[in-house]
Amino acid sequence: MSTGLVVVQILNGLQFGVLLFLIAAGLTLVFGVMDFINLAHGVQYMLGAYLAVAFYALTSNFFIALLLALAAALVFGLLLEFLVFRHLYDRDHLEQVIATFGIIIFLNQAVKTVWGAAPLTLPIPEIFSGSIILMPGLLYPIWRLVIIASGLAIGLLLYVLVGHTRVGMLVRAGATNARMVSALGVDIRRLFMIVFGFGTMLAAFAGAMIAPILSVEPGMGDTVLILAFVVIVIGGIGSMRGAFLAALLIGLVDTLGRSFAIDILRLVMPPSPARTVGPAIASMLIYVLMALVLYFRPSGLFPARGR
Amino acid sequence: MHKKLALIGAIMGLSATAAGAQDKVKVGVIATLSGPPAVLGQQLRNGFQLAVKNLGGKVGGREVEVVVEDDELKPDVAVNKAKALVDRTKVDFVVGPIFSNMLIAIMKPVTDAGVILISPNAGTSNFAGKECNPNFFVTSYQNDQNHEVMGKYAQDAAMKKVFLMAPNYQAGKDAIAGFKRYFKGEIADEVYVPLGQLDYSAELTKIAAASPDGIFVFLPGGMGVNFVKQFRQAGLADKIKFLSAFTVDESTLPAQKEAALGFFGGANWAPNLDNPQNKKFVAEYEKEYNAVPATYAFQAYDAALLIDGALKLTKGNTSDKDALRAALMKANFTSLRGPFKFNTNHYPIQDFYQVKVAQRADGKFETQIDKKVFAGYSDPYAKDCPMK
Repeated sequence: MSTGLVVVQILNGLQFGVLLFLIAAGLTLVFGVMDFINLAHGVQYMLGAYLAVAFYALTSNFFIALLLALAAALVFGLLLEFLVFRHLYDRDHLEQVIATFGIIIFLNQAVKTVWGAAPLTLPIPEIFSGSIILMPGLLYPIWRLVIIASGLAIGLLLYVLVGHTRVGMLVRAGATNARMVSALGVDIRRLFMIVFGFGTMLAAFAGAMIAPILSVEPGMGDTVLILAFVVIVIGGIGSMRGAFLAALLIGLVDTLGRSFAIDILRLVMPPSPARTVGPAIASMLIYVLMALVLYFRPSGLFPARGR
Repeated sequence: MHKKLALIGAIMGLSATAAGAQDKVKVGVIATLSGPPAVLGQQLRNGFQLAVKNLGGKVGGREVEVVVEDDELKPDVAVNKAKALVDRTKVDFVVGPIFSNMLIAIMKPVTDAGVILISPNAGTSNFAGKECNPNFFVTSYQNDQNHEVMGKYAQDAAMKKVFLMAPNYQAGKDAIAGFKRYFKGEIADEVYVPLGQLDYSAELTKIAAASPDGIFVFLPGGMGVNFVKQFRQAGLADKIKFLSAFTVDESTLPAQKEAALGFFGGANWAPNLDNPQNKKFVAEYEKEYNAVPATYAFQAYDAALLIDGALKLTKGNTSDKDALRAALMKANFTSLRGPFKFNTNHYPIQDFYQVKVAQRADGKFETQIDKKVFAGYSDPYAKDCPMK
C-alpha cells in the first residue's frame, strides 16, 4: 500500500463525492427549500441522460444536445409541476412520497417504451476525450475533471443564487414561512414553480454530464436517488453547504472503504475471511455513517439556519 | 339432485374428452421484463416467439398458445405467476426464467404439479446435481461453465497473473470459483463489489497498481456497461487482457460499442456461429426485432424447438408424462449451436467457445467465435444426480 496509491484513491473519493453532489444539489434544493419530498428526482436525472442521448443522435454535438436536453427537461419539469406537484405542496409527506413514487414507476416504464430496455450510451465530447496520467499505467479521463469542475461550478452558482440574490432571499424566506411571504405580496406558488423547474434542470444536467461514463438505462436513477438522500440527510436537509460537504465525505468514505477495507482487515484476521467481510463492511459504511449522524446530530452535520 | 350431478358429470366428461388431442398446447413463458435487466427477458421472449412463428404457430402438429409473464425479478412474484400458470391457465410447459434466484423460486410449484419446466438461461448447480428433477430441462448451460471457459483460456494462454472481480452475491462467488477451477496461476486480487455499483475508479486504481496480465470479471447488465467504459477510459484496455462472462454480450454491446472491442467472453454460442440454421435465425431475429440476438434469445428459440421435437415423437400427446419426458430427453431437434444432447441430469452436453467482441460490416457490434475451448463438455455436478 504505497502513499501514491492512497493519494490516488483519495482523489477518486473526492471525484465520486462531487459526482454525488451534482445529483444531490437539485434534491436538497427542492426538499430543503420547499419542504417537498421529491422521490422523482432520480427519474428526472435519468430523463436528462436519455434526452441528451436522443438529442445527440439528432445533432451529433454533445453541447447542443446538452442545452436542448436541459430545455426539454425544464419544460417537462414545469409540466410535471403543473399536473402533479402543485397539488401536493400542502399535503403531508406520505402523500408526496406516494405520488412521486408513482411518477418513478410511470417514467421508468415510459422510457422503456420510448427508447427500449437495452442500455444506451453517450460518447465523451471530442475536445475532452483525452486523459492525463495519474500514476504509472492508469489514465484519468479529462471528462472526469470536467465533471468535477461542473460540480464545483454548480455549487458556487447555488451558493450565490440562494445566498446572495433577491430570488434566493425570497426562496429562503418562503421555506421558513411561506404564508408570511405570501402575505407580503410575493407569489409564492410561482416562486416554488421556479425552484422546482430549476431543480429538474439540475437533475437533468447531472444525468447528461454523467451519461458518458455510466450506462444510460431504465431505472438508472433509482440507485442514485438513495445515495442522494443519504447525502442530504447527513449534510442537513436544505443546507447547500451541508450537501456539498456530505457528498465529499460520503465519496471519500465509500471509495476508501472499498479500496482498503480488505487490506486493513487482513492485519487483524486471516486473508480468506477478510475477503468475505471486507466488501460487506465497505458497502455498509456510508449507511453506518448516516445512522451515527442521525443519532448524534439528528438535523444533520450542517443544518440549514432557521429550521 | 342426482340427475343434476349426473348431468354436470356428463358435461365435465365431455369437456375432458374434448381436451384430448385437439386442444391447444399451452406454454407459459416467465422472464424478467421490467427493471434494468428487462432487455434480457425481452430477448428470451422474442427468441421463443420467433421460433413459434417459424413453426407456423404449432408444436408437434398442435396449435400452441403462449402466455408471457413478468417475474419482476422478485421471487414472490415469480412464484405467484408460476402457480397461476400451472393452476389457472393449466399450461403444459413453463419456459423460463432468466435469473437463477427466480428459477429456485419457481422450481417446486411448477415441477411438483407435473408440468415440464424448461430453463432457457438459468442453470444452477443444485438442480444439476443432487436436486436434479425429472420434469426440469435446461437448454442453456450449467452456470459455472462460462466462467470455466475463461479460466481454461487463461490457463492455456499461460497468463501469469489475473485480477478477478464480481458482484458480492452468490452468483459472483460461483463465477470466481468457476474461473479458479481451471486457472492455476497467480491471483493478483479478488474483489467483490456491491451489486449495482456505478463508479469503478477505486477498483481501476487497484487493477493498475497490481498490473496483471489479464482481468476476469462477471458484471452483468448495466454494471458491465459502466465498468467496460471506465476500463477503456482509464487506458487499461491496451495493456490488460479483458476476460469476462455475461459482461460483454449482444444485450450490453449497443451501449458499450467501441469500448468493448477485442474483449473476450465465454459462451456456448455466438451470432456468427457457422451453420445454416443459425444464420437463418440471426437474420430473421434482426429483421423482426431490430437487435442482434444474444444467448438468451437463441436458448429460448432452442427451447421451442425442443418442445416441438418432443411432441412430434409423442404425436402431440402431452398427458402421458413418462412418454413426454423420454421424448424431451431425446432432444429431437437441430439446435442453433449444432451438436446438442442432454446429460443424465437434463443439462446439455455441448461445445464452449471463447468469443471476442467485433464490429460487423454494417456497424453493429456482436460477439464472434474466437476459439473452441471445450468440446462435448458436461458439467461436473451431473455425477451427483440420482437420475440415470
